[in-house]
Amino acid sequence: MNAPAAELEVRGLRKEFPVGGGLVTRERVHAVDDVSFTLKPGRVTALVGESGSGKSTVAKLLLRLYDPSGGSVIFDGRDIASDHSRKNVLRYRSRVQMIFQDPFDSLNPVKTIRHHLARPLSIHGIVPRGKIDQRVNELLETVGLVPPEKFAAKYPHELSGGQRQRVSIARALAVEPTVLIADEPTSMLDVSIRIGILNLIVELKEQHGLAFLYVTHDLASARYVADDVLVMYAGQIVEQGPIDEVLGHPRHPYTQLLLSAVPDPSLVAESRIELSSGQESVAVDPRAGCRFLGRCPLAIEICSSVTPELVVDGFGRGARCHVTAPSPASREDINGRPDQ
Amino acid sequence: MTVTADVPGATGSPRDSETLMEVTGLRVAYGVSRPVHAVDGVDLAIRAGEIVGLAGESGCGKTTVANAILQVIRPPGRVIDGSIRFRGREINGLSPEELRKFRWRNVSMVFQSAMNALNPVLRIGAQFVDMMQAHERVSKRDALTRAGDLLELVGIDRRRVDSYPHQLSGGMRQRVIIAMALALEPELVIMDEPTTALDVVIQREILQQIQDLQRERGFAVLFITHDLSLLLEVADRIAIMYAGEIVEESTAAELRDKPLHPYTNGLIESFPPLMGPRVKLSGIPGSPPDLAEPQIGCRFAPRCPYAEPKDAYLYFRQTNERPELREVSPKHFVACHRVEAATS
Repeated sequence: MNAPAAELEVRGLRKEFPVGGGLVTRERVHAVDDVSFTLKPGRVTALVGESGSGKSTVAKLLLRLYDPSGGSVIFDGRDIASDHSRKNVLRYRSRVQMIFQDPFDSLNPVKTIRHHLARPLSIHGIVPRGKIDQRVNELLETVGLVPPEKFAAKYPHELSGGQRQRVSIARALAVEPTVLIADEPTSMLDVSIRIGILNLIVELKEQHGLAFLYVTHDLASARYVADDVLVMYAGQIVEQGPIDEVLGHPRHPYTQLLLSAVPDPSLVAESRIELSSGQESVAVDPRAGCRFLGRCPLAIEICSSVTPELVVDGFGRGARCHVTAPSPASREDINGRPDQ
Repeated sequence: MTVTADVPGATGSPRDSETLMEVTGLRVAYGVSRPVHAVDGVDLAIRAGEIVGLAGESGCGKTTVANAILQVIRPPGRVIDGSIRFRGREINGLSPEELRKFRWRNVSMVFQSAMNALNPVLRIGAQFVDMMQAHERVSKRDALTRAGDLLELVGIDRRRVDSYPHQLSGGMRQRVIIAMALALEPELVIMDEPTTALDVVIQREILQQIQDLQRERGFAVLFITHDLSLLLEVADRIAIMYAGEIVEESTAAELRDKPLHPYTNGLIESFPPLMGPRVKLSGIPGSPPDLAEPQIGCRFAPRCPYAEPKDAYLYFRQTNERPELREVSPKHFVACHRVEAATS
């Protein structure tokens, strides 16, 4: 494999959850269904979708907070999804770190900031004991909390939301990860503070060559930080590619819908596409056919019987739609067999 | 059913027949030993049939303004000064019975976490019946029929009166709450972050619906949110709040094209654009002041890019004198020493 060493590769990842209480026949939610992507060093990949689309489940699968129902997560040439050796899991966890959504809940209120940053350093033996304070200060400077000595001595309640989120980013960086997963890192923050955190993500990407997965429902912030985007709908990736291309020329009708729904005063109201009424995404025991069918303005006959494939070109650009991105097989279905 | 102002005396002749709600010099404080002035001298007028936006960051006092209008501020919070007039009648200090009549019928509210405001063990219909019977003599049967009509109004199948809240999606629950807020045909609906917890697509649908209903029925809306980009689309007029004060107020179009207060500017520039060239944004450095401390000078000065000692006279005013909200061009009000110096 000639890919860079710190790359994380996800192949055919699946996660099903049982729902309902039936003893014999239990329905299953296909929360994540055949999801594949790679995270590259020095690139931010945005994973966007509405709530319930499965984007946070993907993040949790990558962190091994859930065991996948199928598929693999390749890191350093090893499939960590099926690796249960404690040593390998610990090592993986120090290399793949998470920034949580809620900076108010993810810090211990009775411990100083220094404690939060020193602990991972000593647990993972990152630096010798005598150098811990120095490293804590460096970390605080990296995330823009200066003077670091002042911040290290503070308790979480003495910091603002934005500052706390910076602490949790510093904590994630403490163990020198190569992959960072940020699940809605700015959604709990005030608008004027968000940009600072987004700028920090871009800085970390550029200066430390980190591979980022940025999980969000906010397309505008995704465009601000990300290089690539994955659009998820009902557990599947429905569109992917370089973010400017995807947002500039969306192929999947769901991406178009998402784009038209974002409040943007510079857009005239007429340019918005007509919304079909609010049906939720369907991923409970999905039958064959496109999961976006119920909301799709472009649906044709085949959409209700054949599940569209994600057709990806050589540049990583792809969409899962019979109409706008037909696969060779479905083209045959549409054109080649007129009887059906 | 006709729109009636049920507050006794409310149908009199206020000075401006168009003004529905007039808040003047409102001050609200929380805490006793070290009071926090969450709202500190706010003036806000809402005219009939108008959508007024109130924007600002968390802790700026925007929700407190709404709570003061509905008189639902609980101790240790209290209104310490100012008046709240609805059609010319003072609301501050009304008896609980008078307030009970005023709420819902004259002014209703869609709360921030409205999705969770429904009673989980009662059917949707029963909750409508409860609310209606609390305000007027109406049979259960008639109330249920009206509940069905209201659900249809917000695009929900009328058979959903038999559903329990958990059987509805978040967006549908939010529509139910909006339908309830409209049930008694109030003249003013206060919406506090009505779409914040929802996905963009659902948010868009609900916004469209609010605008359609508002056009159709002509009620006024006080729309409170931290999301200025949303307000620029839906509101007629927008007031920007910072640290307990209104710092700028104007029409949505004027505010979008010619924001004057540096805080408004910073807010607008905190939204990364979805189209066009990618530019690096800076947001607003620093954080809002601690309102438990005495506030001297302009509250935004510590974060303001234009507050520099270079211009000694201006800087002295910025750091020592509280700026007043002044009309700098027709219907455009700004509280900023620098804007004032430039326009006078």
